[in-house]
Amino acid sequence: MSRKMVFRGMAGSLIGLFLFWAGPASAQTVRAVMHAELKFFDPLFTTADITQNHGYMIYDTLFSLDEKGQPQPQMVDTYRVSADKLTYTFTLRTGLKWHDGKPVRSADAVASLKRWGVKDAAGQKLFARTASLEATNDRTFVLKLKEPYGLTIRALAKEYSYVPFILPEREAVQDPSKPFEGEKIGSGPFMFVEKEWVPGAKSVYVKFKDYVPRKEPASYYAGGKVVNVERVEWIVIPDQSTAVAALEKGEVDYLQRPQVDQWPLLRKNLAVGMYQSDVYQMQIHPNHLVPPFDNVKARQALMLMVNQPDYLQAIAGDPQNWRTCYSYLGCKGWLETDIGADLLKKQDLDRAKKLLAEAGYKGEKIVVMAPSDFPTINAAALTTAAMLRKLGVNVDLQTMDWGTLTSRRPVKDPPSKNPGGWHIFHTTSGYAALKDPWGHANVSTACDKAWFGWPCSPRASKALDELADLTGGTDAFKKGLAEYHSALMEDIPYVPLGEFFSYAAYRKDRLSHIVETPFGVFWSMVKQ
Amino acid sequence: MLIYIVRRILATLPVMGVVVVFVFLLVRIAPGDPAAIIAGDYATPENIQKIRAGLGLDKPIHVQFTLYVTSLLKGDLGVSLHSRLPVRQLILQRVEPTAALAASTLIFAILLAIPMGVLAAWKAGSLIDRAVMVFTVGGFSVPIFWLGFLLIFVFSVKLDLLPVQGYVSFREGFTPFVKHLILPTLALGMVYMALLARITRASLLEVLHSEYVRTAYAKGLRPSRVLFLHALKNAAVPVLTTIGVGFALLIGGVVITESVFALPGLGRLTVDAVLQRDYAIIQGVTLLFAFVYALVNLAVDLSYTLFDPRIRY
Repeated sequence: MSRKMVFRGMAGSLIGLFLFWAGPASAQTVRAVMHAELKFFDPLFTTADITQNHGYMIYDTLFSLDEKGQPQPQMVDTYRVSADKLTYTFTLRTGLKWHDGKPVRSADAVASLKRWGVKDAAGQKLFARTASLEATNDRTFVLKLKEPYGLTIRALAKEYSYVPFILPEREAVQDPSKPFEGEKIGSGPFMFVEKEWVPGAKSVYVKFKDYVPRKEPASYYAGGKVVNVERVEWIVIPDQSTAVAALEKGEVDYLQRPQVDQWPLLRKNLAVGMYQSDVYQMQIHPNHLVPPFDNVKARQALMLMVNQPDYLQAIAGDPQNWRTCYSYLGCKGWLETDIGADLLKKQDLDRAKKLLAEAGYKGEKIVVMAPSDFPTINAAALTTAAMLRKLGVNVDLQTMDWGTLTSRRPVKDPPSKNPGGWHIFHTTSGYAALKDPWGHANVSTACDKAWFGWPCSPRASKALDELADLTGGTDAFKKGLAEYHSALMEDIPYVPLGEFFSYAAYRKDRLSHIVETPFGVFWSMVKQ
Repeated sequence: MLIYIVRRILATLPVMGVVVVFVFLLVRIAPGDPAAIIAGDYATPENIQKIRAGLGLDKPIHVQFTLYVTSLLKGDLGVSLHSRLPVRQLILQRVEPTAALAASTLIFAILLAIPMGVLAAWKAGSLIDRAVMVFTVGGFSVPIFWLGFLLIFVFSVKLDLLPVQGYVSFREGFTPFVKHLILPTLALGMVYMALLARITRASLLEVLHSEYVRTAYAKGLRPSRVLFLHALKNAAVPVLTTIGVGFALLIGGVVITESVFALPGLGRLTVDAVLQRDYAIIQGVTLLFAFVYALVNLAVDLSYTLFDPRIRY
């Protein structure tokens, strides 16, 4: 046998070995592609969704919302409210442990809530009314209010940034303007495996064997968090097409938020299941400090310019992916109302032009910021630019990445004075935020203290505060809600453009018992 | 020769100095606020300002520059604004996938491109020559990301032969290491191969008309011996230069390839850092690439002496 034949044979064998060898796969490891890379681990430092996702893995909360949107005790075993509604006494469940084996104490809860209350909008409202918050023993702590606050328990059950996760006291007492320093340990159903973390590539969680789940069945973020898998890996795949191919091929089991253009492909695949994980409201945010949008007539013109189906089709395509909604507070939720939404329901370009002129618009450039790396928001921005041009507006459409947009958003000066100035940007709010206007920054009407755009409506702010103290479902509540929504429609903090859906995708042949939440959670999940 | 090497390495220092200043200023002039990105969408301006102060980004620019250069002179590339991990650690974690991809692409491209170029030059004007030229034009024109997706679709999804994404270190197994590199190497190697094949052909064509080549044929030497032993050796200098210059092409291509195939290498680290305005990482990786590029050029210059005895340093 010649040397050439030997080499050819070896090469062929090697190639065969390479091509047909399959590595072992673990049936108890769920491989998930989340919507972003995990960089920060302190969910009370950053509002980044991925960090809140991480929080739901390794931390727990005192209360959580169930699928009916009602707060339920989670770490709390029992709680009492005094007759005057000023004193809340909470007792923690027995058997709660940190991942290092130490018991969870009420001092941890107190320190964590204080850290949360510094930055979170709902927390700030609660702590503005708080006289004291103290641990009385290892399992009990007492919250004393200066005045009754109907949203106390709901605030503690907040499901989105900043979620009031309970951290170990030694980390919670650190400076809240910086991420805490220390081990990433919580008392939640999963443990973070820091030594396997590869920044930009992989984050690994394993089942916390000493976690004691509640006995109730899992319901949204509430109920028993029973973990049925041994390990969860968050794999970073930046390209959407690659992520979808990896799901199709079975290299990953779950995609948290595939993009809109991938949905038709995923729907065609019989091995892939999809569920609606969230609903987003797209919004036009005008700069209330800068003409012409400092005049309510110009903002009314924006409302009259809008035909929601046009926007939603540009954003999410197929009508099964969106719905029109004329409520600031989300549709099909407990706060749904469209009182005062007449301007929004029917497009009227002629009237919009008139109002714009009455607002004093004389043809100056209107800067619309469009983030090219956010397809849905970019689509909305392009549609707004096109509609404004139909009104005869001199549009300066400025394309940039999201990082640049967020750095320009805080600029209050007009573009004529500051090149970073702007007139309009777009963004979205998730369903959780829409149903919680007390904690939802986008809808704040606190003038100078409001979110970017700085909408100002003392009437809406007052109505929202009063609504907090009313019991949901009562006539008084409905009246208060009507007053609040009317105020929003009158002063127009932003223009709601309807709602589009977000879907998660997973391998149906491998995963089941998925709890369908906006922040993908991995308790209850079973992998075949 | 040693003195030459030392002199060349020392000559990179002023170049690195210019790169340091240029990149430091460029990232800070470019729009974008890392503090706003870190704080997240719903942070208040006060929270963002506190984060900015915590990161030292509210200090005057000359103060920031002095602090940075002082650390750099101690060998400290700084700390990532986002992960708070040392930049050196992040680079070391990511260097292996990029080095593996670059090396495999280089080997693949050279092993295929040079024989192709030689064949095209030898059969200049023939159908083979035309076919090779069409192939190289195609290779140069096809975007890396498009080719990558096509390869994934065919070889991973449809034929189920190779993995879609990811990287496995050779320490975890040679077979999965190779399997994960095949498609990225093909995608990135095509453009590099096209460039090398064309230069090889052009350079060799020039040499093939020389008198000594005619003499070699006249002496009765086999064509393969004439081509590879005599002609190619003399045509090697431009090819080596192209390998060095094309390294910059490789670095750019690595960024795209790593994003398509989800390889956790330096290319993706750079892209993520740019989008997140992570100044420390952008500065560190740019310095590294500049230094490596200088070293590659030095290696190319030194390799001339292997092929052309007239070149001595």
